[in-house]
Amino acid sequence: MSRETTPREDLLRGVWRENPVLVQMLGLCPSLAVTNSVANSLAMGLATFFVLVGSSLLVSSLRKLVPHEVRISTSILVIATFVTVADMALEALVPEIHKALGAFIALIVVNCIILGRQEAFASRRPVGRSLLDAAGTGAGFLVALVLIGGVREVVGSGSFLGVPLFGEHYQPWVVMILPPGGFLTLGFLLISLAALARRRERLAAEARRRATRGELATEGA
Amino acid sequence: MNAPHAAEPTPARAPAPPPEAPPPPPAWKLVATLGGAGALAGVLLVAVHDATLPAILAHREAVLRAAVDEVLHAPASVDVYYVVDDALASVAPPDADDPLRVWCGRDAGGAPVGWALDASGPGYQDSIHLLFGYDAAADALLGLRVLQSKETPGLGDRIEKDATFAAGFADAVPPIAGVKPGEASDAHGVDMITGATISSKAVIAAVNAALERTRPLLREVTASGAIPPVASRTTSSGATAGAPDAAGASDASSVPPHEGEP
Repeated sequence: MSRETTPREDLLRGVWRENPVLVQMLGLCPSLAVTNSVANSLAMGLATFFVLVGSSLLVSSLRKLVPHEVRISTSILVIATFVTVADMALEALVPEIHKALGAFIALIVVNCIILGRQEAFASRRPVGRSLLDAAGTGAGFLVALVLIGGVREVVGSGSFLGVPLFGEHYQPWVVMILPPGGFLTLGFLLISLAALARRRERLAAEARRRATRGELATEGA
Repeated sequence: MNAPHAAEPTPARAPAPPPEAPPPPPAWKLVATLGGAGALAGVLLVAVHDATLPAILAHREAVLRAAVDEVLHAPASVDVYYVVDDALASVAPPDADDPLRVWCGRDAGGAPVGWALDASGPGYQDSIHLLFGYDAAADALLGLRVLQSKETPGLGDRIEKDATFAAGFADAVPPIAGVKPGEASDAHGVDMITGATISSKAVIAAVNAALERTRPLLREVTASGAIPPVASRTTSSGATAGAPDAAGASDASSVPPHEGEP
């Protein structure tokens, strides 16, 4: 962990390899609760992205001014301020989506992804790196939410972003947009990702074995 | 163990080993940091709140007004009244925080066509907030629109999304009674939604409760024509002035035929 990271790693790590939802299993409450449509997932993901980037920027640039003893309280204050700003902005700009997300906007404050990034990264790294890290993590959260929301909306409502896909005779599988659908979708996503990772590992191992065998063969020749 | 309190009572001037951690900052610095951050956050929030409030209120009002138009079947103009002490007032009572509002829809000639009332009651998951139109002269409902509900998607949310359920309230005579679809019903009956009995009953109960409060008053003022005049008025199209027919209707109805005590 203490190894120095490159800026590129800081940015990309959170998107996929250390995806906050699909790998770190953080922030599962909003990931399950508001992903019943792609539009809701997008709005939730973007709001969290905004809060995460804004908080990281502030926390990182203030890190030398804020005494160690009150850094968590200050981080929470910063996060809460950004969340309230996002809450009011969403209600003013996209009231329908604000209505659909309900209390979960306010609950971004307690999203452990955000406080986690402040505590683990932004409060001890320079501003630029913290911004990259926040953007990567925020994008990873957005990707995970849209993945879950996409599956749930297509199967549960037969539409994507509100555009019907299957014609009138499609009987939507309603349970997918109900709470159980969130658990089902997340579970199947994790199974598929684990299977993919295992397959990749097996292929890599095979390639290694073949390479060593090839070396042996050339040595023997 | 680096804290000064934990130090042995040896004089502090003694050549101490280099401190492993900096001494804790004084308390005023912690208080000042949090206080300053809090004050800044407060200022920022007030600014954003002031900037977004007009759009938020305008949207709420627009949603409400659209619903009023819908449940009264697009009247030519709509007046807002407040129910104060079992009487209608055209201005909000100054001491009430959230006064009971009713909307009076009028036709082009200024005659009232119906009243829009809001109602709310506990639903299956959260309280249901709705608006309905009531024709006091005929003592029958005009239409209904659910404004806010968190009922089960696909089942209970059909009170909001299924137009046939809301349409079933038209012409129903209070008190409303829910009947299963397909069963015989009289003028009081409204078809409930199969699979959403609790949500359907919640809507019906909310409508009945709201009517119980205001129905006698509305019937009385409609029958006697003693509806107080209003100072300002908006037309249903949203254009307050400029449209000649709307202005004419406004002039014609600003003096009700039976003003004063009946």
